[in-house]
Amino acid sequence: MRVAGKGLYQGAPPVSFRFDGVAWHGVEGDTLASALLGEGVRLMGRSFKYHRPRGVLSAGSEEPNALVCVDGVPNTRATMQEIWEGMEATSQNARPSLRFDVLAVNDWLAPFIGAGFYYKTFMWPRSFWERVYEPLIRRAAGLGRLDPSAGPLLCEKAWAFCDVLVIGAGPAGLSAALAAGRAGARVILADEGARMGGRLLAETDPLDGQPPHLWVERVLAELVQMPNVRLMPRTTVTGVHDGGTFAALERVSLHRAPRADLPRECFWRIVARRAVLCAGAIERPLPFPDNDRPGVMLAGAVRAYLNHWGVAAGRRVVVFGNNDDAHRTARDCHAAGLTVAALVDSRPEAAMPGAPFPVLPGARIAGTRGRLGLSRVTVEGPQGRQEIEADVLAVSGGWSPSVHLACHLGARPVWDDRLQAFLPPPGGVPWMTVAGAAAGEFTTAGCLRDGWRAASAALADLGLRAPDPDLPEAEGQAPAQGPFIVVEGRRQFVDFQNDVTVKDIRLAVQEGFCSVEHMKRYTTLGMATDQGKTGNVPAIAILSEALGSPVAATGTTTFRPPYTPVSIGAMGAGGQGMGFAPRRLTTSHAACLDRGAPMIEAGLWYRPGYFPRPGETTWRQSCDREVTMVRQAVGVADVSTLGKIDIQGPDAAALLDFVYCNTFSTLPVGRVRYGLMLREDGHVMDDGTTARLGGNRYIMTTTTAAAGQVMRHLDFVTQVLRPDLDVHCVSVTEQWAQFSVAGPRSRDLVQAVVDADLSDAAFPYMACAEAPVMGVPGRVFRISFSGERAYELAVPARYGASLYRLLVAYAESLGGGPYGMEALNVLRIEKGYITHAEIHGRTTAFDIGMERMVSKTKDCIGWAASRRPGLLEADREQLVGLRPVAQDGVITAGAHLYRREDPATRLNGQGYVTSACWSPTLGRALGLGFLRRGRERHGEVVRLVDAMRGVETLCEVTDPVFLDPKGERLRG
Amino acid sequence: MRVTCPWCGERDRREFTVQGDETALRRPHRDAPPEDWHAYIHLRDNPAGRLREMWYHDPCGTWIVVERDTVTHAVHGTTPAREAAR
Repeated sequence: MRVAGKGLYQGAPPVSFRFDGVAWHGVEGDTLASALLGEGVRLMGRSFKYHRPRGVLSAGSEEPNALVCVDGVPNTRATMQEIWEGMEATSQNARPSLRFDVLAVNDWLAPFIGAGFYYKTFMWPRSFWERVYEPLIRRAAGLGRLDPSAGPLLCEKAWAFCDVLVIGAGPAGLSAALAAGRAGARVILADEGARMGGRLLAETDPLDGQPPHLWVERVLAELVQMPNVRLMPRTTVTGVHDGGTFAALERVSLHRAPRADLPRECFWRIVARRAVLCAGAIERPLPFPDNDRPGVMLAGAVRAYLNHWGVAAGRRVVVFGNNDDAHRTARDCHAAGLTVAALVDSRPEAAMPGAPFPVLPGARIAGTRGRLGLSRVTVEGPQGRQEIEADVLAVSGGWSPSVHLACHLGARPVWDDRLQAFLPPPGGVPWMTVAGAAAGEFTTAGCLRDGWRAASAALADLGLRAPDPDLPEAEGQAPAQGPFIVVEGRRQFVDFQNDVTVKDIRLAVQEGFCSVEHMKRYTTLGMATDQGKTGNVPAIAILSEALGSPVAATGTTTFRPPYTPVSIGAMGAGGQGMGFAPRRLTTSHAACLDRGAPMIEAGLWYRPGYFPRPGETTWRQSCDREVTMVRQAVGVADVSTLGKIDIQGPDAAALLDFVYCNTFSTLPVGRVRYGLMLREDGHVMDDGTTARLGGNRYIMTTTTAAAGQVMRHLDFVTQVLRPDLDVHCVSVTEQWAQFSVAGPRSRDLVQAVVDADLSDAAFPYMACAEAPVMGVPGRVFRISFSGERAYELAVPARYGASLYRLLVAYAESLGGGPYGMEALNVLRIEKGYITHAEIHGRTTAFDIGMERMVSKTKDCIGWAASRRPGLLEADREQLVGLRPVAQDGVITAGAHLYRREDPATRLNGQGYVTSACWSPTLGRALGLGFLRRGRERHGEVVRLVDAMRGVETLCEVTDPVFLDPKGERLRG
Repeated sequence: MRVTCPWCGERDRREFTVQGDETALRRPHRDAPPEDWHAYIHLRDNPAGRLREMWYHDPCGTWIVVERDTVTHAVHGTTPAREAAR
């Protein structure tokens, strides 16, 4: 019901929306909850377990009951969702309708399905759990449903930095922001509401003799003018993390119709040097029989709807509380022209002098009536028992400071007997001060002072001088708070969202779940999407009473981020699809796509798999052709993805001798050498070639996979282990485009573009030179990863695209062409060259047959550990080649090897296959693998078993080099 | 978590790669007894409290010794590893 002359949105434009298909109207500024209440709708949801009719309880993010689905997003709190023109909201957890829900039968079954009933009831037969019980329970219980057809919410992520982060824009927060802003600090003021002001928008007590929202407007107008202050409304700070980093969720456009160009939410990471937490307080309900009917609301919420939104939750109001703050609701409702049927106060000494409505001290609500909405309450007290008609029952059990964020780093809140509340732990977050109601200060004047004080302290820490306080005159009478009470009877709900009652908590104690953490998990109290913001403190009081111990001894459960729910889509914003990882493209990328090559991922890089020609329908046809092309003519491949590190300085050779197990100081200028790099534990880290371009100048090549790791390793060696060396290492991977030209006709091709003498006498295998490539300063290396005569040409990356196209065109004129990763892999397996499939982190130089490369005359990384007896045992698995005995035998990577006569069981394992291919050159499958004592077993037949793919093949063990073991093709 | 790179200033932890305890700074001599090498490669303390660790700032390539508290996650200071190694 709208109340004429009340609220901050009088005269605001009307907005129409639908709830469960029915058209309703509100005004701009309304939340879904205030708009529905304004239209007289009290029933907004059904409870989780018992499907009891529920209405809105609160006016903020703590709402447990009024959860709806808006625009495909389930579990949206009606108290936070602003309405927009054309909005469609639907209720949840009710079938067929909110008014008639068949599963309300659960409510009659409540005596049998209390806390822990799952554990007791669904024990037998065991197989029924998965097939019968669980599906049934899942269908019966629950909140909203995700719509699987809906796309992900469009979300963003962002970073922000400030000197002072002020969390909450109520009286304390505005005061703190004003102080910090005037002092010149970089300030962020974040508030979860759409309109800043917090409780000041919900109260009528004057500030400086005026309605409080006018002071709020004045302060906001000043803050908005300050270039050093950023106001972030609709932004909930959800987590406190290490080092002054805060998580915050901004509802960027959830308050308006979706638009493709607007993110729905933004997940912020705010880095603040200091923070002031002014999160306010959350009112607690009181447990009494049937305290959950639509129309039973928190007293502060009734006041907020009336004063902020101009909406009366009903016409006849009964107020029930144990504190003076509840009296304000009775006062404001009466002043707005509503009927206050009674003010029921549990404290015998309670009084409200001159109240124009009945005040019943020492009384309590013993029950309520009304199936889909409150119609009557039963009051018991010194005056006896009476029934009072009412459509709103405003309840207040006092206020709990919002200490959550102050506890996110692990500190526990401290119970205060006088305030009957948990207070934030001192120093719980070293760089954050708590002020206002969140710190237990419950007067407006006190909040204003406290906010200013907290900001001044933060400013002092930052070396800034706080301005003199400039605060309005405000109400300063702290409301008296009586003890917590429980009215005995049935169905006194404590956690409304998870349907946990007083009885459930007592049952938990009776069954031995006495610790607050155990009680929580046994009853599921505080485990719903509201995380028990309203119910936890009452529950702790009930638990303490049942245990006969003080509340302080019972303590709280652990506070963890997020403060309010954060969608996974917001947290992972930007991380979907192409946003997941950057893409590294070679200079030949476009040319490869032009030729229809499917690109495959190699780390962050994309490389061509193969280059299909007309008529080729499988990758194998293309791959076989490309292998044969390289063996018989010439092929071109982009090898730019290999790591390239430029190493310069007088001690460059000494560095290489230290990081490689073999020696590089003896390498002549103009020559290349293969190097093996060990980890300090003696296993192989990486391999590659390093070229000596000058006396103090080398170019190191790493594998594609280990490029980053090797660069980090070189930095470690030069900065930490050998800072004595005068040498510098720079990654130039992206600065150079490099292409392999391989095959018997490779020299013809390379000679056509390089201005240097490439005769075998002048430029033999493993030579290198700086030489013009088509007139561009480039480099030529005579190295091979295929076993054929081969060259690698390097040019500055900006020439890569055109050089690649040129090389491929020349190659085609010589009967060759481009080849991809598949062919590259077959070529290297045929020649027995290793990759990270073989040097997978558990193999040593000994295992791959290179232990003689580990120089005995110098120190190097991994030298000491590589000498360990266990790493040199003859019984270790050693690199071998595998060739099927039958021409058509199949070899698969990952298969295991057994003696021919042994059963294929784990204990009989003799080794495994690391690489496999079909060799068009040899006309059969080939494999590389590791076999126990493999080097002694060449010629033996072993059994290869791949249980997963159902492959079993007899293979002959061979030398890993299948082709041209003498290297005649290589040297030409 | 925020870590201060000696050259680039205070940065988010996502910019760093952490390697572990600063034992790595004290590499034994090539011919040191196997026990020393075993300790260097494999043995690490796991204190509840202050710890000195090797961190790498990926964007600038600097190895840093970070002193931090494993209980409070507070970072107490950072030194370039080149200086710490001396």
